Amino acid sequence: MANFEPVLLANIQKPDSHTLAVYQAAGGYAALKKVLGGMSPTDVVELVKSSGLRGRGGAGFPCGMKWSFLPKDHPGPVYMCVNADESEPATFNNRILMELDPHQVIEGILIGCFATRASTAYIYVRYEYPTSFTRLEQAINECRAAGLVGKNILGSDFSLDIHLHRGAAAYICGEETGLIESLEGKRAWPRIKPPFPAIEGAFRKPTVVNNIETLANVPHIVNRGADWFKSMGVPSSGPKDPGSYGPKLYCISGHVNRPGCYELPLGITCRELIEQHGGGVWKGRKGKAAIPGGLSMGLFTEKEWDTPLDFAGPGKVGCLGLGTAAVTVMDETVSMIDFLHNACRFFAHESCGQCTPCREGTSWSERILTRIKHGKGRLKDLDILLSISGSMGIIPGTTICGLADGAAWPIKNAVNKFRDEFEDYIQRTNPAGYSQQEPAEALGLVELAH
Amino acid sequence: MRAEIEAFFPRYPTKQAVTLPALHVVNEHLRCVPLRAIPEIARMLELAPAEIYDTLSFYGFFKASPCGKVRAWVCRSISCALRGGEEVLAGLSEKLGVAPGETTADGTITLEFGECLGLCDYAPAMLAGNRVYKNMSVEQVDDVAARLREQAEGTT
Ligand SMILES: Cc1cc2nc3c(=O)[nH]c(=O)nc-3n(C[C@H](O)[C@H](O)[C@H](O)COP(=O)(O)O)c2cc1C
Ligand code: SF4
Ligand code: FES
Repeated sequence: MANFEPVLLANIQKPDSHTLAVYQAAGGYAALKKVLGGMSPTDVVELVKSSGLRGRGGAGFPCGMKWSFLPKDHPGPVYMCVNADESEPATFNNRILMELDPHQVIEGILIGCFATRASTAYIYVRYEYPTSFTRLEQAINECRAAGLVGKNILGSDFSLDIHLHRGAAAYICGEETGLIESLEGKRAWPRIKPPFPAIEGAFRKPTVVNNIETLANVPHIVNRGADWFKSMGVPSSGPKDPGSYGPKLYCISGHVNRPGCYELPLGITCRELIEQHGGGVWKGRKGKAAIPGGLSMGLFTEKEWDTPLDFAGPGKVGCLGLGTAAVTVMDETVSMIDFLHNACRFFAHESCGQCTPCREGTSWSERILTRIKHGKGRLKDLDILLSISGSMGIIPGTTICGLADGAAWPIKNAVNKFRDEFEDYIQRTNPAGYSQQEPAEALGLVELAH
Repeated sequence: MRAEIEAFFPRYPTKQAVTLPALHVVNEHLRCVPLRAIPEIARMLELAPAEIYDTLSFYGFFKASPCGKVRAWVCRSISCALRGGEEVLAGLSEKLGVAPGETTADGTITLEFGECLGLCDYAPAMLAGNRVYKNMSVEQVDDVAARLREQAEGTT
């Protein structure tokens, strides 16, 4: 691992890494040529399946398997939606891929569309990524001029249109069916599944939704093979575990000396990431906690930093999962009350509002945290928070999408793992009434809301 | 604007899918989407005005009256907050004399809070127009405000 060769970030240090000329000089579009030169869509699906590539957008679903769910005899059209809405707090690796190596992404899209027989790809780019948008636009234009996008690509029977679609600053548009609704011109209310997008997605047609980083891996798998891909990462531990293979773009931010995006084989520990790559906790301080993979995934205590950041690791210490593998480090001075207030405020702001447990649960937890923060907390608020967080989400079966699970996990982890700190804070700031006193309003004092 | 919106039609199998692109076109020209634009967009897309408004109002993004020449989003999410993002937002708010969501009296700058802008490696960060402001601090608030004004002057 010491001499791990970057794969996805191999090009980004080069001047003009975003241009077709530089990409092709490094062997770019060779994988597409290989695919068009004699592979069938099924061959590509099988290859990606055998590589063990899992989705990098958060859910970790095996990519080849997802592709195999698309009907093979559908009259079409079939669509691909490329998820470039990257809005999970602490996550910015898709931005780096789009800004600095957009052709790698486009080659992945082309191969993915060939494999799934999609004829149009929409790249849904979050509004806040103007440079990504422009770089992709330039790259697509270069490809059109070079016969790499459009009709009869490189003289083959394969045709593909790629369009960019700009978001409007809403986190929920990253949820795959929220994205599809938003693309269709509606409010981004996630759909009840099934039907899954593979059967009925964009414009009611079979649709494959993939993350930018997932697709960026695909050309490398075609060029170097499934065994090469499987030589990186953590092998499957049994029939129920699809393993964690390949390179991963880890993001690290917060209280570290060197925030950034580091490409490493899946499975390094959170502590290695922080200490060897992020330059350690800043200001010579001690660490207290870390977000393991985007805010939705919950919280590691410092003692849990030795957890491997593979698909299975974070779950073993009570977190939701690997998520986007984006770590935010908190030093010893951080108040968990402030952390949780910030997290709850985010989810309350971003809930799309269609499921009552999520709409009410996220906004009430924000109000409770605001009240605790302002010195009006009661001990029983902690149990109310745990009860709210235990009852919203796909896991308890009460909501349509996973935003609510992502809202619940920081609450569960923070309150359970740092309960003493919450109790001390409440007793210290509200000594008169911390035990059982009812607040003036059931769940929040309006004047404290901001 | 009409021609710009119509140019999107061939990209999608339905006209409704042009809703967001159309709203962005109008917003880029007018720095808002005025209520009276809605029936016009609806007619172009063969939809009821309420359908356009339904989508528009879902996103807090489109405003009914014009934003400043520069719309500046200061991140308030966790990786920025840990490095002073909220203090920068409060400082800018005080310096510019507006709350987040408001526009300065001279109409040049609209201050907004943003949720994670995907710039956590540069925390605390701000996106103003297409420009990224990196690694800000409370001490730099005066300077940031001045740069925002300068940026607004360069914008038509
Ligand atoms: C609330 C919510 C937000 C999401 N945001 C994103 C996102 O910004 N980008 C992304 O790729 N996936 C996001 N996802 C996951 C997608 O629903 C979907 O699983 C993913 O795009 C599939 O691509 P992959 O299999 O290549 O990972 C989100 C999921 C939820 C529940
Ligand atoms: S869980 Fe929340 S965000 Fe997801 S669909 Fe329901 S209300 Fe919307
Ligand atoms: S948390 Fe501020 S840019 Fe990500």
